[in-house]
Amino acid sequence: MADQSRRLPNRPLSPHLSIYRFTWTMAMSIFHRATGMALYFAVPLIAVFLGALLAGPDMYELFAAVAGSWFGILVLIGLSWSLIHHAIGGVRHIVWDTGTGVDRASRYLWAQGTLIGSVALTTLLWLFVLLGD
Amino acid sequence: MAEFTLPKNSRIKPGKVWPKPDSARLTEFRIYRWNPDDGENPSIDTYYVDRENCGPMILDGLIQIKNEIDPSLTFRRSCREGICGSCSMNINGANTLACTKGMDDVGSDVLKIYPLPHMSVIKDLVPDLSAFYGQHALIEPYLKTETMPPDTEWKQSPEDRDKLDGLYECILCACCTTACPSYWWNGEKYLGPAALLQAYRWMIDSRDEGLGERLDTLEDPFRLYRCHTIMNCANVCPKGLNPAAAIIEIKKLMQEREV
Repeated sequence: MADQSRRLPNRPLSPHLSIYRFTWTMAMSIFHRATGMALYFAVPLIAVFLGALLAGPDMYELFAAVAGSWFGILVLIGLSWSLIHHAIGGVRHIVWDTGTGVDRASRYLWAQGTLIGSVALTTLLWLFVLLGD
Repeated sequence: MAEFTLPKNSRIKPGKVWPKPDSARLTEFRIYRWNPDDGENPSIDTYYVDRENCGPMILDGLIQIKNEIDPSLTFRRSCREGICGSCSMNINGANTLACTKGMDDVGSDVLKIYPLPHMSVIKDLVPDLSAFYGQHALIEPYLKTETMPPDTEWKQSPEDRDKLDGLYECILCACCTTACPSYWWNGEKYLGPAALLQAYRWMIDSRDEGLGERLDTLEDPFRLYRCHTIMNCANVCPKGLNPAAAIIEIKKLMQEREV
């Protein structure tokens, strides 16, 4: 009897991410992290841009061609959206950190507004960039 | 470091489908099962509850299963009216109390029931809450005073008493804490929303004189500051409380102390 009570059962861990239903605030928290990481890893691209600038007209032409290709534009759209989304998310967190906008209705509005705002601003930005001139 | 997948012994296998009772109105329950004695992985058993002879709440369904279909099904329950906090579990993707949630209120015909997320399972729907209670004990959930006790009781004005509303109602069911991704990844160091809401409940009690010590206890990169305002706690509290807001107030008290 004593032996058996000392034996620790190999208890399982209950499921978490795989069963938890996403909420807006949870999704926007993950988006905030993901866009932050995308921006972090995009920093070397700025170095590449500056490097191309320094390496003379040929390299600059090459960089501009890659950036102006459909793939380059796709990456730039993604990065500009990440920047805008992360910035609005930062504002949301500053507001929340003051203790305002945390009731049920407001926190969902802020979370949904972050996504709607970032997509709208990114769309406007690229309409301006691509059709502006 | 956060571990996003389940360990090998925790992966869920298909389980038994129990026979349908003879009834015109059935509700399907898919319930997480784990038996510490058979050495098997957890599984999902399917039961059918006869709604014609059952109360409306999910806990009523669980009790009917235990009474009439499978007596080995294990879960905690006591008051059946949302005040004891025993029957907290994950129902269709959100933590709640089985006793206050109606079977028709989850927006689905099938009820998927799991233990509270990211917890060590003792059996079936019963998680090990000892760490959770330890975290509650750490915040010293009682009045701390230095002045001599008065001849009668410690008095409090109605206005000061009002400050405890939205905090004192916490029943420690652990729905919020086990809904928190920060707690999933750092549960051994981060105190979690329930313990922090309780901490704030004592901090703003006008009779309490231990604010400084209470803040010292939480001044730590993990205990308090692992809260990233994800707000799952507030979204899920079955008592309608807002632990996230209480944590924000604690952070503000920390700042006020520094400046």
